[in-house]
Parts: sequence; C-alpha cells; structure tokens
Amino acid sequence: MELITPNIGLIFWQLVIFLIVLFLLAKFAWKPILGSLKEREDSIESALRMADQAKLEMQQLKAGNEKLIAEARMERDKMMQEATQMANQLIEQAKNKATEEGSRMIMQAREAIQNEKHAALTEVKNTAAKLSIDIAERILRRELADAGSQQQLVDSYLKDVKLN
Amino acid sequence: MKRLLIALFCILSLPVFANEPTATQAEATDKEAFSPGEMILHHIGDSHEWHFATLGDEEHGTHFTIPLPVIAYQPAKGLSVFSSSKLAHGEAYNGLKLEHEHLVAEDGSKVYDFSITKNVASLLLSAAILLLVFTAVARGYRRNHGGAPRGIQSFFEPIVIFIRDEVAKKSIGPKYERYMPYLLTIFFFIWFNNLLGLMPGAANLTGNIAVTMTLALMTLLITLASSNKNYWAHIFATPGVPKPLLLIMIPVELIGVVVKPFSLMIRLFANITAGHIVVLSFISLIFIFKSIFISPVTLAFGLFINVLELLVAILQAYIFTLLTAMYIGGAVEEHHDADYQMGGGDGADEAHVAHAAH
Repeated sequence: MELITPNIGLIFWQLVIFLIVLFLLAKFAWKPILGSLKEREDSIESALRMADQAKLEMQQLKAGNEKLIAEARMERDKMMQEATQMANQLIEQAKNKATEEGSRMIMQAREAIQNEKHAALTEVKNTAAKLSIDIAERILRRELADAGSQQQLVDSYLKDVKLN
Repeated sequence: MKRLLIALFCILSLPVFANEPTATQAEATDKEAFSPGEMILHHIGDSHEWHFATLGDEEHGTHFTIPLPVIAYQPAKGLSVFSSSKLAHGEAYNGLKLEHEHLVAEDGSKVYDFSITKNVASLLLSAAILLLVFTAVARGYRRNHGGAPRGIQSFFEPIVIFIRDEVAKKSIGPKYERYMPYLLTIFFFIWFNNLLGLMPGAANLTGNIAVTMTLALMTLLITLASSNKNYWAHIFATPGVPKPLLLIMIPVELIGVVVKPFSLMIRLFANITAGHIVVLSFISLIFIFKSIFISPVTLAFGLFINVLELLVAILQAYIFTLLTAMYIGGAVEEHHDADYQMGGGDGADEAHVAHAAH
C-alpha cells in the first residue's frame, strides 16, 4: 500500500524542518509570548492583591478615624460638662459674694445712719437745752412790764430760734 | 429548508441521470476511462512536481506545474540534484526515472529519495507561515509591552492560553512549562497544515503517514525522555496486580507504550486523508456521471464536507496536542496514590476523545 508506506525523504525533511521550526518558534515566539503572558498575569495578580491591601488599609484607616472622632467627641462633651459646671460654680460663688457684700454694706449703712441719728438727736437736745436756758435767762434778766410785751418778746425770740 | 429541498431533489433525481452516462462510459472505456480511485490517490499522495491544473488532454494540453528539485542519493553514484521537469512524462535523467511517483534507478540499484517533493515544499511554506505569524505575535508583545493584546496578537493569545491552561496545566501538572514550546508548536503546525491542505491544489501534508509518524515518534521520544521511575514502575510492577498476572501485564503495558503514539499517527493521518478522499469523491461524481446536473449535489456535499474539515482541522490539532500532553503527563506524574482512578479516568478520557474524533 503506497498510502501507508512512509517515505524516507519526507520523514527526513519533516524531522529537520519541524525541529528547526520548533527551535526558532521556541526561541523567538513562545518564549517572549509566554513570558509576556506570565508577566501580565503576575502584574494583574499583584495589582489585585495591592488593591485588596489598599482596601483593607482604607478600612483600618476609616475605623481609626471613627475611633478618633468618637474620642474627640467624648472629650468635647467632657470639656463642655466641666465648663458648664465651672461656670455654674463661678456664678454661684459670685452671687454668694454679692449677697454677702450687699448685706454687709446695708449693715454698715444702717450703723452709720444710727450713729448720725444719735449725733443729731444729741445736738438737737443740746441746742434745745441751750436755747431754753438762753430764753429763760433773757426772760429772767429783763423783767418785762406787761404781759403783752413779754409775749412779744418771747415770740421774737422764738422767731430767731430757727431750728437750724 | 429551501436548501434542504434542493438537496433532496438532487438526490432523488440522481438515478435518472445515472442511467444515461453508464452506457456512454462503457463506450468510452477504451481510451480515457476515468478512474476516481486513481485520481484520488494521486491527489492525496506525494508528487515530485507541484501540479495545479491541466488545460486540454494529458499529452498535448498546457500544464500549470511548478517543477521541484529532485535530490537523490545513490550509494554507488553519490548525491544528484536536478529539477523534476527533467523527469516529466516518464523521461529518464542521470539514470533516474519516476515510476508511479517513485524515484527509481534505471539499473534497479537502491535510491534514497530526499527530493523537495510537493509535501516538502508545502512543509517549507507552512514553516515560513508559522515563523512569520508567530514572530509577528511575539513582536506584538514586545511593542505593546504590558498592554492589552492587539490585532493578530489578540487572535492567537486566547488559543495559546487555552493550550497552556486547558491542555498543558491540566494534563501535565506543575512541570508543564518545559513542554509548552513543543505542545504549542505541534498544535499550530498541525492546525496550519490541516488548513493549508484544504486549499485548492495544496499538498496533503498532515494526511501523509510519514509526517504523522514523525510527529508521533517525537511525542514518544519526549514521553520516554521525561519519564520518571513511577512511569516504569507502573509498567513493570503495575500496582494491585498479582505477581503471576504480571507475566501478561508487562507485555501489555509495553505494547501500550508503543500503541499510544501509533494511535496518534493513525488518527491524524486517517482523519485528514479521509476528509480529502470524501471531498475528492464528491468532485469525482461529476466525472463518473459525466453530467453537469450532478454538480449541485457535488457542490452542496463538497461544501459541507469542506466546512466540516475546517472544524476537523482544529479538532485534530487539539486532540493530537491534548493526547501528547496526557502521555507526557502520565510519564512525569509524581505520586501514584490515586493510580487506580487515574489510570481508569485517563483511559476513559482517551477513548472518549478518540471516539469523538472518528
């Protein structure tokens, strides 16, 4: 059978040409192609891994931020509370002090008034006594004839004695 | 539907036309009897010249032929190189002549024929195409470094990745990288040559037993060269087989080593040659019936088979590559703990693929 009898020449050429093609393709085609494919796949894989890592880091960062914000908020609340407390305390203190001062001043005023009153009264008493003595002295010194002129005199004296 | 009806009509009308020419053929047998078998064998066989067409009759017509170099080695005379046109029409040159496309010496001495025949010329052409195409693809990777594939690169990249991921990685395992150049080269070599063989006037290279034998032998050599001790342990001391049975098992396993590449050789050869024979048979119908009315049948079926052959071209390349990868995978496999299932699965897969191929 001609069809299934391998021809030595064709075997030889097939072997030679195929091996040359295999060698050349392996060197100039398959090596760069497979190398580039592998490189590309590696780069895609590393990019994906990096993206995952970045996502994780972002999440961590976000969680950290949230924690910080929560802490800051707590701090602020605490400070606000403290400030309010302090302000209230101050107001209370001031109020107390003012009340105290007021009552003290009132007391002082009252005392002064009392003193002045005493002094005035004493003076009035003294003056009245002196005047009475004066009047009595004059009446006694001048013995007046009639009751009319006496009265007149008394009146004139009394007029003089203006309560100063 | 319409096409189907036409085809059906053609088949039904076939016997009507068939009656007439048988008589005329009988009258014409004396001189130019058309023998489809001879024509087909001539077309699928090798030739010392690349013949495209002949206008007019065999002796006086115009031949469109490319003469190819004849390279012959005779132990007595040494090497002789000359154009095949010197041997045309059965003429002898330098003591050599062609007898049914075989180069023989006039004195009957031994001749080793290393001629650049039609198949060798086609082989050189395919080698040039392969080199041009894949260096262009590789250039694409260099020029377009790290970027998305473009043009011819994007056509071949999925195929290369398919061979790497689905064929090499799955069949060979972690050591696949060493075998990638061979697997890719045989895949594209077989595919391109299958396609080239479908061109009008082209050679039937992958349907030539010498070519498929060489490819299968290379697969066998690579398998044996990369085999480890597990592979041989499996042959000479098949696990789970009683000692007396080994007397039978060892020869069977050894035959298996040879049968695997043998099946590769026959499968590719038979599939491609059969495709060519079927197409040529449909074309022969016109000449058998000597009627132009048979041409729609020829055209429809010839076209159908040709399109089918396009599928077969890539399928056979894939099967050859896959089985090669599986044989290599069996030879380099490290641990055989799942041997029982692996062996069964392997064989079943192979049988399945082989079944699908025919």
